[in-house]
Amino acid sequence: MASPQDFSTLAIHGGRALDAHAGSLLFPLYQTGTFVHDAVGVDKGFSYSRVSNPTVDALEKAIAALEGTAHALCFRTGLAAETALFFTLLRPGDHVVLSEVLYGGTIRLFRQILEPFGVRASFADSSCAANVEAAITTETKLVFIETPANPVLRLTDIAAVAEITRRHGVLLAVDNTFLTPLLQRPLELGADISVLSTTKYIDGHNATVGGSVATNDDALAERLGLIRKTLGSIQAPFEAWLTLQGLRTLPVRLAAHCQNAQTVAEWLELHPAVARVYYPGLDTFPQSELARRQQSAGGGMISFELDEPYTTAIEVLNSVQLCSRAESLGGVETLITHPASTTHVDVPIETRQHLGISDGLIRLSVGLESPADIIADLEQAFIAAGCTTAQEAANEVR
Amino acid sequence: MKFASRLVQHQVAPGDRYRPTSTPIYQTATFEQEHADHFGEYDYSRSGNPTRKVLEELIAKLEGGTHGYVFSSGMAAITAVARTLRSGDEILADSDLYGGTCRLFTRVLERSGIVARYADAGDLESFARKITPRTRIIYVESPTNPLLRVLNLRALARLAYAHKALLVVDNSLMSPYLQRPLELGADVVLHSATKFLCGHADVTGGAVVVKDAKLAEDIYFLQNAEGNALAPFDCFLLQRGIKTLKLRVDEQQRNAQALAEFLAADPRVSRVFYPGLDSHSGHALQLSQASGAGSVLSFTTHSVAAAKAVAERARMFQICVSFGSIHSTISLPGCMSHASVPPEIAAARELPPELVRISVGIEDVGDLMADLKQALPHEVQVVVPACMRLEN
Repeated sequence: MASPQDFSTLAIHGGRALDAHAGSLLFPLYQTGTFVHDAVGVDKGFSYSRVSNPTVDALEKAIAALEGTAHALCFRTGLAAETALFFTLLRPGDHVVLSEVLYGGTIRLFRQILEPFGVRASFADSSCAANVEAAITTETKLVFIETPANPVLRLTDIAAVAEITRRHGVLLAVDNTFLTPLLQRPLELGADISVLSTTKYIDGHNATVGGSVATNDDALAERLGLIRKTLGSIQAPFEAWLTLQGLRTLPVRLAAHCQNAQTVAEWLELHPAVARVYYPGLDTFPQSELARRQQSAGGGMISFELDEPYTTAIEVLNSVQLCSRAESLGGVETLITHPASTTHVDVPIETRQHLGISDGLIRLSVGLESPADIIADLEQAFIAAGCTTAQEAANEVR
Repeated sequence: MKFASRLVQHQVAPGDRYRPTSTPIYQTATFEQEHADHFGEYDYSRSGNPTRKVLEELIAKLEGGTHGYVFSSGMAAITAVARTLRSGDEILADSDLYGGTCRLFTRVLERSGIVARYADAGDLESFARKITPRTRIIYVESPTNPLLRVLNLRALARLAYAHKALLVVDNSLMSPYLQRPLELGADVVLHSATKFLCGHADVTGGAVVVKDAKLAEDIYFLQNAEGNALAPFDCFLLQRGIKTLKLRVDEQQRNAQALAEFLAADPRVSRVFYPGLDSHSGHALQLSQASGAGSVLSFTTHSVAAAKAVAERARMFQICVSFGSIHSTISLPGCMSHASVPPEIAAARELPPELVRISVGIEDVGDLMADLKQALPHEVQVVVPACMRLEN
């Protein structure tokens, strides 16, 4: 695994080519739909921006450098990346095994689009690799996992699942959005494909939406490019340019996100109003041994459960002043969400309980504010929501 | 709220009904009005634009001022402040100034009858003797660029106050994270926002921050009357850059300290100018008025040819004018950023031709050090290079 030091340089210089035309320090924004051909059938590698574009290409080289892969392809959104990947790999009659704790948009993509198209999907608790193996059938072409999984940060042992998929001749794709290749290296652990929603930590400023797929498989990358141009889902040049600028500071941002999250998680853990904290950087995290082995830090995401019911959790969300009530994650601002009433409101209550998404569960995407300010905001929100008193708060030993 | 939080938690879109987490880019020239006889808050983007307003309020708060104005470049910002002067007024400036500022003062302002004088502001007594009854502005950078001299901003503020002049400080080299001149008594802070505020080398911009309503009114009048305000898209990019100001500056400064120590110990380097070094004459003063030494430093080699060789052989340091971005850059100030300094002033400033300036980025410090190590030449042919005359 590349060391954190290597990433600081890689994020700035990885895949970076000097603009040969004018020597511009930054790669230019090629906001163009098409390219003039030198002669009939002769171009300089770019002919139409739905197929490829120099600015998108610059972002792809930078992401491939961070991923340590031969190829990376960028898409309009994370879901567009997944859609292209699934249409590249799957045909009617094929079967896919998915982590049961999974981003809702991926589940919807399967339920609403791929299943009617004839692809079958099984959901398995991939935190135990044996469950993945049990779900594999002779028709299985792909195992798709997310780790840490949203929102309770359940981990899957990538190396253990990769050993199974290799044995069964099945491809393994990992959604690495929560950690990015800086903190977790799916391909080095045996996965075939890494998927990112670049909207999150890669951009990091909540300014763009985008996705990427990285792989070392030349044939897969070529086929993915064909599907992308056919579906027309390539990233836009300007979004690519902004994302590339965001990516340059990924190492410093991510280090601060992790440090802040660790501080906030440790505070939450000692708080009397909090029943449980899910954060891979805590020793009390149920899969802390796997977390230490598989990821180089805890990341910037925390989930915690309040002792109190649904209404109190909503009251806490309505009382925060510094944290923003907003979906998404990985940006500079701290965002707070209540999965039971928002992202997972359509999930039946029994399923929610099975997945650990209790009524009192709150998810935090810890931003780059001072951790003391984030803690103070949560404390005042707890007091306003009545889950602790000011006196108890004052008595707490920090 | 602590500084790190204020960078991230500002009102990015006040009053916006959709409550986005990122400031909307109001890429519009004009605004439709409800009434024919009286206008709303915005009517024309030269006079005011919502994207720009968010940025201006943010920069004003970060600098501890009451009003901020952003311009299409650092020079446009300096020009706006200089425009508050009238024919016969005088500027007394420190002798170690950015070349472009020097050019503005001597070659442009003199056409309007404004006189610029230069003196070493590090020697307060002799500097004070240069003040005349017509001196309206005392103008300094601290630390200075490229020699990194540290000036006593509190003392200069007292001096300006005593003579009813304004102390104007170009804070581009420090950013409000490390140094807030208004809190030290200055009247006006200037920025080339192209540098640390932006941090990603993707915007050319400038800023003026003041703490006096009357002066603010005058600057706003000039911004609108001359039409030099920063464009909406650049305002958006600049705000985006500011969100990581603390992270970038912390990292760049850590790297710069390590490189300065490395260079100071290398026999191929004759002198290192960096206030973060204990041996720097302004070290204690710097730490009394700023929370760090920043990430721009300069050093001299044993010959001009060696200086040129370092710049050309370095692979991780791009040869670029400008500083403060996440990418490390290298330049020979005598040939590049300060080429517009008239020779007689350059001689008086003792700007050595073998001076190399580096702006340290956020790359891995080991990589940067290894690069400088390989770039510093052991033996250099004694050939006087044809100096690149890059006028910026």
